[in-house]
Amino acid sequence: MLTTIAAVTLGTLFLGGCKPKTPGSVETGDAASKVYVAPGKYDEFYNILSGGFNGQMSVVGLPSGRVFKIIPVFSVHPENGYGYSEESKPMLNTSNGFVPWDDLHHIALSTTKGEHDGRWAFGNANNTPRVARIDLTTFETAEILEIPNSGGNHSSPFITENTEYLVASSRFSVPIGDDKQRDVPIDTYKENFKGTISFVRIAPEDGALSIAFQLVTPGVNFDLARAGKGKSHGWFFFSTYNTELAHTLLEVNASQKDKDFILAVNWKKAEEYIKAGKGIKVKARYAHNKLEHGTQIAKSTIREEVIQLNIKDFPDIAYFIPCPKSPHGTDVDPTGEYIIGSGKLAAQIPVFSFTKLMKAIENKDFEGKFDGMPVIKYESALHGIVEKPGLGPLHTEFDGKGNAYTSMFVSSEVVKWNIERLEVIDRVPTYYSVGHLMIPGGPTAKPHGKYLVAYNKITKDRYLPTGPELCHSAQLYDISGEKMKLLLDFPTIGEPHYGEALPAALIMKKQVKFYRLEDNTHPYAVKSEEETKIERKGKEVHVYMTSIRSHFGPDNIEGIKIGDEVYFHVTNLEQDWDVPHGFAVKGAKTAELLIMPGVTQTLKWVPERVGVFPFYCTDFCSALHQEMQGYIRVSPAGSNVSLKYSLGN
Amino acid sequence: MKTIHPYARLLVLTASLLMVIAFFVPFWKIEMWAPQYPEWLHMKIWLNKITGDVDIINGLNHYIGMKHIEVEMFPEFTYMPYILAGMIAFGLLTAFLAKRSFVLAFLIILLVAGAAGLADFYLWGYDYGHNLDPAAAIKVPGMSYQPPLIGSKELLNFVAYSAPDWGGIALGFSGVLVIIALWLDIKMNKKTRLS
Repeated sequence: MLTTIAAVTLGTLFLGGCKPKTPGSVETGDAASKVYVAPGKYDEFYNILSGGFNGQMSVVGLPSGRVFKIIPVFSVHPENGYGYSEESKPMLNTSNGFVPWDDLHHIALSTTKGEHDGRWAFGNANNTPRVARIDLTTFETAEILEIPNSGGNHSSPFITENTEYLVASSRFSVPIGDDKQRDVPIDTYKENFKGTISFVRIAPEDGALSIAFQLVTPGVNFDLARAGKGKSHGWFFFSTYNTELAHTLLEVNASQKDKDFILAVNWKKAEEYIKAGKGIKVKARYAHNKLEHGTQIAKSTIREEVIQLNIKDFPDIAYFIPCPKSPHGTDVDPTGEYIIGSGKLAAQIPVFSFTKLMKAIENKDFEGKFDGMPVIKYESALHGIVEKPGLGPLHTEFDGKGNAYTSMFVSSEVVKWNIERLEVIDRVPTYYSVGHLMIPGGPTAKPHGKYLVAYNKITKDRYLPTGPELCHSAQLYDISGEKMKLLLDFPTIGEPHYGEALPAALIMKKQVKFYRLEDNTHPYAVKSEEETKIERKGKEVHVYMTSIRSHFGPDNIEGIKIGDEVYFHVTNLEQDWDVPHGFAVKGAKTAELLIMPGVTQTLKWVPERVGVFPFYCTDFCSALHQEMQGYIRVSPAGSNVSLKYSLGN
Repeated sequence: MKTIHPYARLLVLTASLLMVIAFFVPFWKIEMWAPQYPEWLHMKIWLNKITGDVDIINGLNHYIGMKHIEVEMFPEFTYMPYILAGMIAFGLLTAFLAKRSFVLAFLIILLVAGAAGLADFYLWGYDYGHNLDPAAAIKVPGMSYQPPLIGSKELLNFVAYSAPDWGGIALGFSGVLVIIALWLDIKMNKKTRLS
């Protein structure tokens, strides 16, 4: 008996005593060589990532994971003067005035016929609702459009197949209308709060943004969206939560219903109604900021009007499809047939069929009404359900070979499954808690099913620790085979929510190397050192300055007095690639300027103390960069030092 | 005096017409490589102008006190097109008259013009490379920056390469054609005399 007990105890110690094995980090044998981009060689893809709470975008190469650039979009960037220079300040103007920060969540890259065309990248501002367009020949923010009648722009900037529109739909519903209509008790949410979906038109020739129309919806929270493509082109699908229409403790109150909705919008139909003059013009106030080509000055215009359609009044443009438990991602497969809803609190993934949806609409296969609008019968639109894929499905992308890849936040993994058969094929762990995932071309009609990147929310023990705040990270997987293989783990900038990647060949050759001096039409530009001068207009002093390796012209300035506002208009005369000049002056309460060749940038400087102040070039431009400096003399108010400037006297 | 062999005549005509190319393409090229310029800097010398990355080269060369390259620096540009036109005219005249003495004269003109051109280019290069601004920021004792006449040469962090461009190649080829014409005519003449 004793022996038996001893044996069992020993056995338990040996077998059960070992801790269960966890996924750990398993790097497969030849992973390093697969992500190794030899010195001087190029990455295969550009990955443009959102920066989340840093309000920027970052540009990363794949498969190496190397960071090439940070693009300031909604946040000031002292590093290059964005948001500090007189030229760029208007870019951050809103109906609330200058807003120096935002929360950039999602990226959309322009497409033609559903495929990446490498013209523009778009991003959304979640906090003060805006959308931005980045020119992919310069990697600079070219335009920002504010979205009125929205409390938060999360469900944005997803685009249609030929970049006809991008959408901006409200995460936070708010009361809209005039001051009186907007000043209402919060507990009248159900009656007074409205959601909006703005369709922002993108001009095909230059990408110029304008709000074509705004759909007014019940006060649900729009989460994410995707446009139809191929056969479903003309439709847009929006995931919603809080269909309970709660206004407090949403954590509980917005998670009550078994199903929320995916809202299917027939935007071609809406377009027809607008063309037929059915839209209602309403007063609104929003800023439209655009970078002018010749001057490189951002111009801000306040717009006063939008055209609205209330979807209630047009029953054939919007249909609610029930979807389990607060759907987050709503993703359309490359063929346009399947719409994948990811109920983030559900333990299954419903897949809807566009063909069945159309049939259900045709047959009026409705199961009820939501706020007076038809709700499609769940089963009638359903292609099928992926059972037990994992916990917390969030987003799905595609490899173009009939497979879908869904991120699982709670179970921290990526799950590969077959769309037609609804069968799970493979799963790999992520480190940790993956949010969005991305396949180059994944949301388009032509995915490049070679790599998958998981953007993670938590890194914990993955890198050398850096105090309480740790980096966010990404993992690169090889998905060319049946099984997914982890290749690389790399830290990212800010908190990338989503990113898109496109083949490097699409944009590499189109890069602007410098701006042509003869095209510079900035009113304070000077094209040669002979033209440099200083003008006084009362308290305003305008310095028309040049920079070229390795001096400023002029570099000695006198006659500035306390109380003056000095504007340094610096033109970089260089006409070669990779020769920016910086400009910094002691005591500036703004930032520096980083001026690209051929461009004029302006720094406003208000001296408050008497003395001689140095200014210098901040970008190591040449062997004599350290000599690239000058002095400006500030005299007391009322002094009789005359205005004087020189170079090399 | 009898006329030259028809083949020789055709060759002289071809040689003359070939030189017309030099009006439409660069004559000479200087290319420069440095670690910072993996894409190479290019300067093209035409009959009457200079094109390419001249501004960038000027910007770089001012550190070591070299003069700014500009069209005014080369009085040659004002008369080079006329010299070439004259040479072409003489070539056509030679083809028309078909006299051996003219062919010989044409060849001598071509050779002299070529030698004079190279000598002129060398002298310019010598002045450009040696006549430096004493106030230059970077002075390397004993260093001069004369570009190579033809071929390549290391100049500080740069490798400079100098070679004829299509116009120069066309002219060289013209010279070769005239030599062949002369040789052919002499050979054919001998044959005729023997037979």
